[in-house]
Amino acid sequence: MIVELARGLWTTLRALIFEKKVTVQYPEEKKPVKQRFRGRHYLDRYENGLEKCIGCSLCAAACPSDAIFVESAENTDEARYSPGERYASTYEINMLRCIYCGFCEDACPTEAIKMGDNYELSFTDRRQAIYTKEMLLVPVPPGGKPTPQVTPPGVYTRSVPEMKDPVD
Amino acid sequence: MAKLINLKINGKPVSVPEGTMVVDAAKKAGIDIPVFCYHPKMEPVAMCRQCLVEIGRPVIDRATGQPVLEENGQPKLQFGPKLETSCSTPVSEGMVVITDSEKARAGQREILELLLTSHPLDCPVCDKGGECPLQNLTMKFGPKESRFLYDEKHHAEKHFPLGDLIFLDRERCIQCARCVRFQSDIAGEPVLGFSQRGRHTEIVTYSDPGFDSVFSGNTTDICPVGALTTADFRFGARPWELKSSASICSQCPVGCNVTFNVRREVKAGGGYVIKRAMPRQNEQVNEIWMCDKGRFAGYQYTEADSRLKLDSPELDQALSQAAVKLAESASQAVFLAGGRLSNEDFYTLKQFATRLGAKAYLYTRHGGGEYTTRYGLAPGSNLGNLGKGDTVLVVASDLYHEAPLWYLRLKAAAKRGATLIVANARATKLDEFATFVIRYSYGDEVETVKSLSSKEKVGEAIKNTHHLVIFYGADGLGLTGTTALAQACADLFTSLPVSQTAPKANNGLIGVWSTPNQQGALEMGFAPCADLAAELKDKTVYILAADPAGDDPTLAEALKGAKAVIAQDILETETTRLANIVLPAAAYTEREGTFTSGERRVQRFYPAVPARPGTKADFALIAELAKRCGIDLEGRSALLVMNQIVANEPAFSGITYAKLAEVTEQWPIIGRSDLFYGGTGYENKQGLGVTLSLTPGVSPQGRDKQATLLSPSPAAKEMRGEGLRPKEDELLAVPITKLYDNGTTVAPAKLLAAHIARFDGVFVNPATAKKYGLENGSQARVSLNGVTYSASVLLDESISTGVVLIPRSFGIPLAEPAFVLLTALEPAQEA
Ligand code: SF4
Ligand code: SF4
Ligand code: SF4
Ligand code: SF4
Ligand code: FES
Repeated sequence: MIVELARGLWTTLRALIFEKKVTVQYPEEKKPVKQRFRGRHYLDRYENGLEKCIGCSLCAAACPSDAIFVESAENTDEARYSPGERYASTYEINMLRCIYCGFCEDACPTEAIKMGDNYELSFTDRRQAIYTKEMLLVPVPPGGKPTPQVTPPGVYTRSVPEMKDPVD
Repeated sequence: MAKLINLKINGKPVSVPEGTMVVDAAKKAGIDIPVFCYHPKMEPVAMCRQCLVEIGRPVIDRATGQPVLEENGQPKLQFGPKLETSCSTPVSEGMVVITDSEKARAGQREILELLLTSHPLDCPVCDKGGECPLQNLTMKFGPKESRFLYDEKHHAEKHFPLGDLIFLDRERCIQCARCVRFQSDIAGEPVLGFSQRGRHTEIVTYSDPGFDSVFSGNTTDICPVGALTTADFRFGARPWELKSSASICSQCPVGCNVTFNVRREVKAGGGYVIKRAMPRQNEQVNEIWMCDKGRFAGYQYTEADSRLKLDSPELDQALSQAAVKLAESASQAVFLAGGRLSNEDFYTLKQFATRLGAKAYLYTRHGGGEYTTRYGLAPGSNLGNLGKGDTVLVVASDLYHEAPLWYLRLKAAAKRGATLIVANARATKLDEFATFVIRYSYGDEVETVKSLSSKEKVGEAIKNTHHLVIFYGADGLGLTGTTALAQACADLFTSLPVSQTAPKANNGLIGVWSTPNQQGALEMGFAPCADLAAELKDKTVYILAADPAGDDPTLAEALKGAKAVIAQDILETETTRLANIVLPAAAYTEREGTFTSGERRVQRFYPAVPARPGTKADFALIAELAKRCGIDLEGRSALLVMNQIVANEPAFSGITYAKLAEVTEQWPIIGRSDLFYGGTGYENKQGLGVTLSLTPGVSPQGRDKQATLLSPSPAAKEMRGEGLRPKEDELLAVPITKLYDNGTTVAPAKLLAAHIARFDGVFVNPATAKKYGLENGSQARVSLNGVTYSASVLLDESISTGVVLIPRSFGIPLAEPAFVLLTALEPAQEA
C-alpha cells in the first residue's frame, strides 16, 4: 500500500518540479488567442471611415441561433454610411444567443462583420447582452471621417467591393 | 370545350386543350420549365429564350397521313435540329418534349450565363433578393461560374425613379418586356416602352408624370429581377424575414385578396408592423393583381400617428358613460355606421339597435342598396367568365377611379368578346374598350337607362344577351339620384325575358360603392338616411367608422345640435374631435372578420398584427356597450358572431368561417417555388370566399313597395327625365369620385401625397375656364348652397361645358348635384 501511495505522490511531485507551468494568472495575465479564434464580433469600416456593412441581413439569415437583427435604410450622397444604396440603420447582436459559430462572418458579402478576440463578455442584465451598432462598429481609422459622410455624387455606387479569395 | 391533345413531357403523358403552350402543359403536369419573358396571363413573345427544350414530333407519312412507325411499333419521332422555345410552341398530338436532357439543360444554362454577363452583383442589397426568379433559376439551372469579367459588365443607371412609386434599376433589367406588355395589354395604359437597342436597351416611361398608371405596382410583382421595385418597400426588409397574413383590401368594393407582409421593427418599438401589401390570387376577384391604391394606401392608414387609443381604465369609463347616454336615450338614439365596418360589426350593431329601440343608418350617399341585394350577382358568378354573347353595362361610374380592378376585369371581358356598354356624362377611361359609349347630360341618368332597350344596337345587345351585368355608380349623383338609377337598372332586368332575370350566375346589378363593405351592411338591412342633418337633432348619436363632420360642415353643425355624440373609429377625425365620448377601435388588420364585396362575395380577413393596446374590435366594443345597457350580445369572437349571422340573416345561410377559408386549385399556378412563372403574388391558401345566395321570392311587386321607403326630394323628381340644365351664368356642380381621395383611409398614405394633390380642386372644361377667366391651377371661388369655398381649377377636356366636377372628400361638400357660381379669385385678392 505504501508503495502505491509513494508512486502516486511521485507523480504529483514530478509534475510540480519538472514540468512547465500552465496556470495563467487571469485576469492580470492573458493568453493570446489563436488567429482563427472567434470572439465578440465587430463591424468593420473602410479606410475612409465608411461602414462596410450594407445592411443586407445575410448574416442574420445565416445565423443558426437568430442572434442578429438588421434593419436597413437608404444612403444618399448627403448622408452616406456605406458605399452603394443601402446601409444598416439598426444592427444588433444578442451575445447571449450567439454560439460564436462564425457563420455570420462567412455569409457577409463585404467582410463587414468579423469575429474579434474579445471573449470577456459579462452582463448583469439580459438587455446588456444586446450589442448595438454603435458598440460593434470599430472606431474611425486615422485619416477617415465618421459616418454619415457627405460624398461626391457618382463615386460610391457599388455596394459590394471586388474581393479576393480569403487567404488564411 | 376545346379538343384534348395528348403529348409526353419527360416521359409523363399529359392531356391538355388544343392551343396550350408547351410550358403551360408542363406546368400542369408539375414540370417546371424556366421562363423569364413568358407569363401565363400574357401572350407569349419568346424574347428571352430561357425556356428552351427539345421537342420531337411524330413523322407523318404524306401519302397515308398516318404516323410512320418504328420497328418496335412506336411512332417515329423527328426532333428539331435546334432547341425550341416552349413558351411559344403550342402542343400537338403525339409530341414528345424533353426539358431535362443534357442538350436542353445546356441551352437553358447558356442563356442564363448570357443574361448574367450584364447583371450587377446586387443580390445583397436588392429588394428582390430572396424572391428573385433570376437568382432562383441561376441556382437551379445556371452555370456555377461566370466566364466573364466583372469589369466588362454593362453599367447603367441604378436608381431611376420611373414615377414616384416605382424605381427602376437599369443594370438589373433583363429586357423581358413583361412590364411593358402588362401595361399595354392588361392595364391598357401603355406608359412603358423600350428605347435604344442591343445591350443598351432600356426601359423608359412615356407619360408625364412618369409611370402614370394605377396598376404600376403589379409590374414589380412580375418583373423577374429586381429592376422594378416599389418606393414603399424600398429596403424595408428581406423577403425571408417577413411573415405573411391573408387579408382583403379595404379601399373599394372589389375586395381584392391581399397578403400583408409583417415583421418586427425597432422603428416601431419592437412591435409588429406591416411592411407591404401583395396581391393574393383569387381568379374570381382580382386574379393576381391589385391596384396602387390598395398597395400604397391599403394598410398605411392603420399605422397612422393619429390612431386613437385609451388606457383600459379610461376605456372602461368611456364605455360606461356612453352606455348611460345610450340607455337614457333608447329610442332617441341614432346609430350611424360607415361601410368600413365588417359584417360582424354591422350585425352586432343591428342587434343592439333593435333591442335598444334605436335607429341605425348606413352612412353613405350612394343609395339603391335595396336593389343590389335582390338583383345582385348570384353564387357562381365570375366576371372572368364573361365573354362572347354577354353584355355588361356601366352607368354613371368611372370604374378606373372607383374600383380599378373592375375596370381591369371588364376591359378583359370586352377583349374576350363581351359587349361593353359605358354610359356616362363624361369620358372615362373604360370608354376606349367599350363596344358602345353613351353620353348623356347630368341628370339624365335614369332616362338614359330607360331608353336603352329601345335603342337599336344597344337594345339588341341587352335583349339577346346570355348574361347581363350592370354596374351603377354615383358619378354626378347623390343619394336620390343613385336610388332612382338603381331602380331604373332593376327595371331593366325585370323588363327582360324571365330566362334572363331569374337568379343565375353572372347576372345582376352591382353598386360601385365607395367603401369595402357597404354591400354587407345592405344585406343585413341597413339603409342610408335621406335627411341626416334633421335626423341627428337632439338625438344621442353613436357614429362608427364614419366622419360626417369632416365630410360636410352642415353635418358638423347638426352633430353640435345633437344631445350627445359617441364616436367610434380607429383614427382621429373631425367627428371624433367634436364627439363627447370617443371609443378607439382596432383596425381591421388587427382582428378577424369578413367583408362582403360589391359582387356579394363574403371574404375573410385575418389579423396581421396584434391589436394595439387600448383598442378593441368594433363588434366587441358594441357588445360591451350593449352589455352595459343590459343587452346581452355576442362579443367574444368574430366567429361566434358569424354563427349568429348565419342563423338569422337569410342571405348568409350556409356560410361558415371554415367554408370561407376553402380553396380550390386555381390556374395559373402561382406563388409556389416557381416565382419565375407567375411572379411574386401570393398563392391563396386562406380562402376564396363565398357568394351570398339571393333572397328567394324576388318579385317586381315587392320591389315597388320597397322603393317608396325613400321618398325622393323634389329636386330628384325634377332631375328625372328633364336633366339639370343650368341657367345663363350658373354651372352645374356634380360630385365625382377620384381614385386617390383625401378621405380618412387614403390621406395618411404619405407616398401618395402628390397623387392625391392632383385631384385637389374642381374640374372644368378649358372653355368654361376661359369664359370665367380661369386657367389650370388658378384659384377660384365656388359658391354653393350659399357658402363660398376656394379651390384650384383643374382642366379636363373630356367634361362638357357648363359643368363643374367636384371630387368628393376634398373639402367642398356636395351631397347632391347643385348649381354653383364660379368666380376667379385674383392672386392679389388672395394676399
Ligand atoms: S457567430 Fe454564429 S451564432 Fe453568433 S451571431 Fe454569428 S452566426 Fe449567429
Ligand atoms: S454585416 Fe455583412 S452580412 Fe450582415 S448585414 Fe452587414 S453587410 Fe450584410
Ligand atoms: S424592368 Fe423587369 S419586367 Fe421590365 S423588361 Fe426589365 S426585367 Fe422585364
Ligand atoms: S381595386 Fe379596390 S379592392 Fe382592389 S386593390 Fe384596388 S382599392 Fe383595393
Ligand atoms: S422565350 Fe420562352 S420564356 Fe422567354
